[in-house]
Amino acid sequence: MLVSVYRYNPETDDAPYMQDIHIDIPGGKDIMVLDLLQLLKDKDPSMAYRRSCREGVCGSDGMNMNGVNGLACITPLSAVVKDDKLVLRPLPGLPVIRDLVVDMGQFYKAYEKIKPFLINDTPPPAIERLQSPEDRAELDGLYECILCACCSTACPSFWWNPDKFIGPSGLLQAYRFLADSRDTATRERLADLDDPFSVFRCHGIMNCVAVCPKGLNPTKAIGKIRNMLLSQAT
Amino acid sequence: MVTSITSFGRSGLYDWMVQRVTAVILACYTVFMIGYLAFGAELTYDMWTELFQCTAMRIFTLLTLLSFAAHVWIGMWSVSTDYIKPTGMRFVFQSVTGLLTFVYVAWGIQILWGI
Ligand code: SF4
Ligand code: SF4
Ligand code: FES
Repeated sequence: MLVSVYRYNPETDDAPYMQDIHIDIPGGKDIMVLDLLQLLKDKDPSMAYRRSCREGVCGSDGMNMNGVNGLACITPLSAVVKDDKLVLRPLPGLPVIRDLVVDMGQFYKAYEKIKPFLINDTPPPAIERLQSPEDRAELDGLYECILCACCSTACPSFWWNPDKFIGPSGLLQAYRFLADSRDTATRERLADLDDPFSVFRCHGIMNCVAVCPKGLNPTKAIGKIRNMLLSQAT
Repeated sequence: MVTSITSFGRSGLYDWMVQRVTAVILACYTVFMIGYLAFGAELTYDMWTELFQCTAMRIFTLLTLLSFAAHVWIGMWSVSTDYIKPTGMRFVFQSVTGLLTFVYVAWGIQILWGI
C-alpha cells in the first residue's frame, strides 16, 4: 500500500512536505495505524509521532488519517485506507513541532480556562464528599474524555479562534463540572462563559461528535451549558 | 471570559437570543409576504399602497427592518471575527457593515412613512 506522511523537521526543512512510502503489510493483516507508523519508523527512525498507551486510553496519538481525526492506536487500516492509500497528517489547526507532533499549548490553555477541578467552599467532610448514584450518573458521557484533541482540532470555530473559543473538548469538561452535584461554583463558572466567544462560537457543526474516539457528544454538552445560561438569565 | 466591545450586546447569550428571535420575525415577515403575493387577489397599485398605509403593516415592517439590522450585525460580526484577522481590516469591515445597515434602516423608514 501507499502511505503519504506529512514530514517537517524545522531544523532541516524550509517547509513541510508529503513523503510517499510504499510498504507491504506483513501477512497482509489488518493492523492499527499506529503499528503501521512503527513499521515506517523501523525504516526511517527520524519519523516523529506521539504515543504511549497504544490502546486508546492516553490520548497521545491523535492524528488526521485520510482526512479524519482519530487515535492511530485504535484505528484499523480497514477503517481508513481508501484505494490502498493512506494520508497521515498532524491534527489540523495546531502548530506543528515536527512531523505528526503538534503543539497542544492552545488546547490545554482552553482546558485550563474552564477550571477543570472541583470547587466546593463548604467545609470538607471527614472522609469524602458523597454523591447519590443518580447525581453520579449525570457525569457519564463527560468524565471519559481523554483530552486527545481530536474534536477541537476538527472544529472550524476552534481553528478560527483557538484563543477565544473554548472548543468542544474544553466545553465538555466545563459541563462535567457544571453538572457535578458536589461543585458549588456553578454561578461563577457560567459567568465566565457568557461572552460571544467561549461557548457561543459553537455553530452546531458537530464535527466533534463525528470524530470523538470515545464516542462522546460535546455538542450535547454545549447545548446543556447554553440551557443553563438561559435558565439563569431569563 | 473574553471581552469584546464590538459585539451586539456584549453577552454571548444575549446575542444568541437576539439572533434567534430576529430570525423568527424575519421568517414570519417572509411567510406573510409570500402568502400575500401568492394567494392574495391580483396585485394592484391601490392594494399595495393600502397595505402599507395600514398602521399594523407599518409596525410589522419596521419591526422586521430593525430585526434585520440586528440580525445582520450579529451575523456579520461573527463572520468578521472568524475570518478577518488583522484588527484594522476587521474594524473597517465592521464599520462599513454598521454604516450600511444604518443607511438601510433610515432609508426604509423614509420609504415606509413616505407612502
Ligand atoms: S458542534 Fe460546535 S464544538 Fe462541535 S465541531 Fe461544531 S462548532 Fe465545534
Ligand atoms: S471529547 Fe472525545 S475527541 Fe474530544 S478530547 Fe475528549 S476524548 Fe478526545
Ligand atoms: S497511544 Fe494512547 S491513545 Fe493511542
